[in-house]
Amino acid sequence: MNDINSIYTDLIMEQSTSTHNKKKIENPDKCEMGRNPSCGDEISLSLKMDGDKIADMAFEGHGCAISQASTSIMIDLLKGKTREDAKDLVKTFIGMIKREITDDAELEKLEDAQALRNISNMPARVKCALLAWHTLEKML
Amino acid sequence: MENEDIRKDFEIFNNTDVAYLDSAATTQRPKQVIDAVKNYYNTANANPHRGNYALSLKSTEVYDEARSKVAKFINAQESREIVFSKNATEALNMLAYSYGMQNLQKGDKVVISILEHHANLVPWQRVTKQKEAKLEYMYINDEGQITDEEIEKKITPGTKIVGITHVSNVLGTITPVEKIIKKAHSVGAVVVLDASQSVPHRKVDVQKLDADFVVFSGHKMLAPLGIGVLYGKAELLEKMPPFLLGGDMIEYVQEQSATFAEIPTRFEAGTQNVGGAIGLAAAIDYLQKIGMEKVEKIEQELLIYAKEQLENLSYVTVYGPKDINQRASVISFNVKNIHPHDVSSILDSVGVAIRAGDHCAQPLIHYMHVPATCRASFYIYNTKADVDRLILGLNKTYEMFKKWI
Repeated sequence: MNDINSIYTDLIMEQSTSTHNKKKIENPDKCEMGRNPSCGDEISLSLKMDGDKIADMAFEGHGCAISQASTSIMIDLLKGKTREDAKDLVKTFIGMIKREITDDAELEKLEDAQALRNISNMPARVKCALLAWHTLEKML
Repeated sequence: MENEDIRKDFEIFNNTDVAYLDSAATTQRPKQVIDAVKNYYNTANANPHRGNYALSLKSTEVYDEARSKVAKFINAQESREIVFSKNATEALNMLAYSYGMQNLQKGDKVVISILEHHANLVPWQRVTKQKEAKLEYMYINDEGQITDEEIEKKITPGTKIVGITHVSNVLGTITPVEKIIKKAHSVGAVVVLDASQSVPHRKVDVQKLDADFVVFSGHKMLAPLGIGVLYGKAELLEKMPPFLLGGDMIEYVQEQSATFAEIPTRFEAGTQNVGGAIGLAAAIDYLQKIGMEKVEKIEQELLIYAKEQLENLSYVTVYGPKDINQRASVISFNVKNIHPHDVSSILDSVGVAIRAGDHCAQPLIHYMHVPATCRASFYIYNTKADVDRLILGLNKTYEMFKKWI
């Protein structure tokens, strides 16, 4: 058993219920559905590029607090980043959750997304945290 | 409650501090079952039906005894009507591929209910597609029950197979199988009864029900994983082609052709799970010693208590029939504005094991217009203290989320 409060932190709770990234964007360059069939989690990510930079990103859909928070935090982190930087951050995040990257200094660039690090102690919820990131991986 | 003594037989509860409320997924096993399996491997293990030596004969004998025990338990007419399988899923696949492929014609109808587990649904999708037959659903009312009108409307001439669960693994609904079977027979259809959630919990008499095929899994009734049962009326099984081909299920094999063994061996290709069958027989002994009426009574007492406690929580919605006599000890519910997976994770942190998700019944979950549900299910070893722990856990969950939702 894990310490549940280290998972459901204020940041996660706030982000899971925040709607600032939950919207439609006009004329997105790419849209992609992400699904966890066993949970019923479903998100739709929209991405708008400005040259090589992520100009805007938003999501719609439903899911558990972890998947919703993870999606919103990802959008906050990646908006304004270049495609290459975004790819690197997505890779680092996935590495953190899978415990392949454990170096604190390396993880620092994930900023708020580090709050999801303890999910790696909850194997049943790993796919919730990764849903948005895996979905975006296909879009970049 | 009169089950403190029963609980003592389940050593897992000495080793793990858990309110185990997921018996609809798989049950725990009492030491009597574990000992019987161990004893088989220590005293009688050999390949049954093969050797001419004492150990193989012993293995054959105990395997056959297990078959007779299962036959008596569900009141089959003869033990050759019992085919051992890996689980209910394999038994249902066997029926779809063997009976379904043989008997369905273009334009025929297979009628199932929206309550079905994927195991009694996806195989019928494939077979009806291949045979260009139609797959139709009996839907449920607001309480999760199949009405008489729905039965009359859907089971009509042209229906060849009706697949129905005896008890919903999501809502706990006890379906009107007697009516469904009668109606199906009146239009010349056979009935495949998924009894995975009923045989472990109440007396099921296959002759009284007049069901044509009945399937269930051992692991949902105290037996080891990997043993299940397909019951079929002898006259139906006899006409069916084998599903899996290989050792032991044959009669004569020549280079280009083969003939097959009599039932039930025809449907048991390869070396069988004798240890599992012995475990299932021990589980049946264990349940019969308690008595199925008492099993039902213990569970109903828990169900009534749990349903009341859950309904007292203003933030909880309980699904399924209101009438307690139409429900078995499975309760699906949701906590207002909190996703079932968050609920189950927080419950896990206080040692309460429930299931969250679609329960292998996605069409039903879609029909209910919910993303998923939480499910608590009970068995003979559960106590009111387990329910109290669930309620405490739910209060904790709601407290944690309250300010954010």
